Amino acid sequence: MEQQLPRSNNSTTRNLVDHVATGLAVLSTILVVTPLVAIFAYLLFKGASSLNLAFFTQVPKPVGEVGGGMANAILGSGIILAIASLMGVPVGIAAGIYLAEFGRNTRFANVVRFTADVLNGVPSIVMGIAVYSLIVLPQKHFSAFSGGVALGIMMIPTITRTTEEMLVMVPNSVREAALGLGLPNWRSVLSITLRTASPGVITGCMLAFARVAGETAPLLFTAFGNSFWSTNLNQPIAALPLQIYIYAISPYDDWHRLAWAGALVLILLIVVSVALVRYVASRGTLKGAA
Amino acid sequence: MGVGITVKDLDAWYGTHQTLFKISLDIPANQATALIGPSGCGKSTFVRCLNRMHETNASGRVDGTVRIGAMDIYKDAAPVEIRRRVGMVFQRPNPFPTMSIYENVASGLKLNGFRNRRVLDEIVERSLKHAALWEEVKDDLRRKSGASLSGGQQQRLCIARALAVDPEVLLMDEPASALDPVSTAKIEDLIFELKSQYTIVIVTHNMQQAARVAERTGFFLSGKLVEFDVTHKIFTNPGDKRTEDYITGRFG
Repeated sequence: MEQQLPRSNNSTTRNLVDHVATGLAVLSTILVVTPLVAIFAYLLFKGASSLNLAFFTQVPKPVGEVGGGMANAILGSGIILAIASLMGVPVGIAAGIYLAEFGRNTRFANVVRFTADVLNGVPSIVMGIAVYSLIVLPQKHFSAFSGGVALGIMMIPTITRTTEEMLVMVPNSVREAALGLGLPNWRSVLSITLRTASPGVITGCMLAFARVAGETAPLLFTAFGNSFWSTNLNQPIAALPLQIYIYAISPYDDWHRLAWAGALVLILLIVVSVALVRYVASRGTLKGAA
Repeated sequence: MGVGITVKDLDAWYGTHQTLFKISLDIPANQATALIGPSGCGKSTFVRCLNRMHETNASGRVDGTVRIGAMDIYKDAAPVEIRRRVGMVFQRPNPFPTMSIYENVASGLKLNGFRNRRVLDEIVERSLKHAALWEEVKDDLRRKSGASLSGGQQQRLCIARALAVDPEVLLMDEPASALDPVSTAKIEDLIFELKSQYTIVIVTHNMQQAARVAERTGFFLSGKLVEFDVTHKIFTNPGDKRTEDYITGRFG
């Protein structure tokens, strides 16, 4: 007895539909990638010509003088982002662990989730003003530290929510295996569950990092910017996005060129740091690891 | 060496739903004891009560006495301490996916603070040999992830991981149900080897398996222990009609 599947479509229409669907998917991909490539190409085109050694070694020249670089802004961005990461990554991951492993369905956890989502949607300039009134006003001066705090707070919700999602995805059987070996719960969470989820958690951290690395608004009232060398956390400090902003709205052609170069360097720095973290994180990956 | 287990009037609940009713039995040391019964009869819940895993479920609750050796596990000790003495192998192989084979086996000791490299190496080798996996993995110990092994190898890896912390009792919750016949036979051989040194409690759906590996067999039905006796007697001359119906395939 032979039973055949109904063959309502002949193979020509089936193939046609298949081709159309595939074509649409490819088209969508191109539509999404094109702006990205275009931006990067335009940046390269505009910025690369102004890149030279001086850009990386000199501080900005006074108005009217040609040349100068953004060395202080590159360093400043590095310092601010280091402070932000030192603050945002541990707090964000710890909160994510709480939501996934301990709080799960408690009322408090729901409040935290809601707060994190709202915080994620707060305009970055509002974050700048908040940190301005919390840190800058009482201290009576702008500072690298306050800039780092503003960006750090912005990193927290993204990291918290991705950490939570990644931990929830770890199968319960892995937790049971750990507890079954007689490991205390905290040890199981840190060394087994978090470690199993670590690739996703790292991605979340890098997303948050890349997002705040380009932020200008929260730094306007906090790090403020600085035309000179400064590594003092208690002093105003230059940052690449700030410097780009100032140069881009200036009336001078030379500054416009530097702004393009700055934007290119900013993107390259983000790409390089993300790639570096990924490389370091993947070095420990084993053959056939899930 | 293994120790005996004495269970008296054990009740267990999930929330308000009672899944075990007044279970009492004596599991002898250094033997394999099989627990059979249809799905949902409470045999898995029962073994999870023997190492206090049942209460890791938020709604899990237990009443009654369980003695492992001389220790009353619900009175005298913390769950963490009990689980080091009572190892567990789960239904689905659950190696730690981001760890190497070596790290998987060493994890119980290492994460409990044991640091002596030389001794760790020895224990890992001994445990893998014990679990009949050493020959297959000895060249990839640190290079391959535990998750890269086949299902049967993964389950033996999990057995090695449980053995590495040197437990006195080994609980196995349908350890071969997700495996093919060849891997199943290996696990059964292993149980045969291991029971001279450990007290083994194995939950199984497979009655031939119970008959092959276990000295004693208990039959669970609807949360109650219907019959508990020498395996041979359970399968040839059961004392209860319900046991007979089950092993002859009349239900379940």
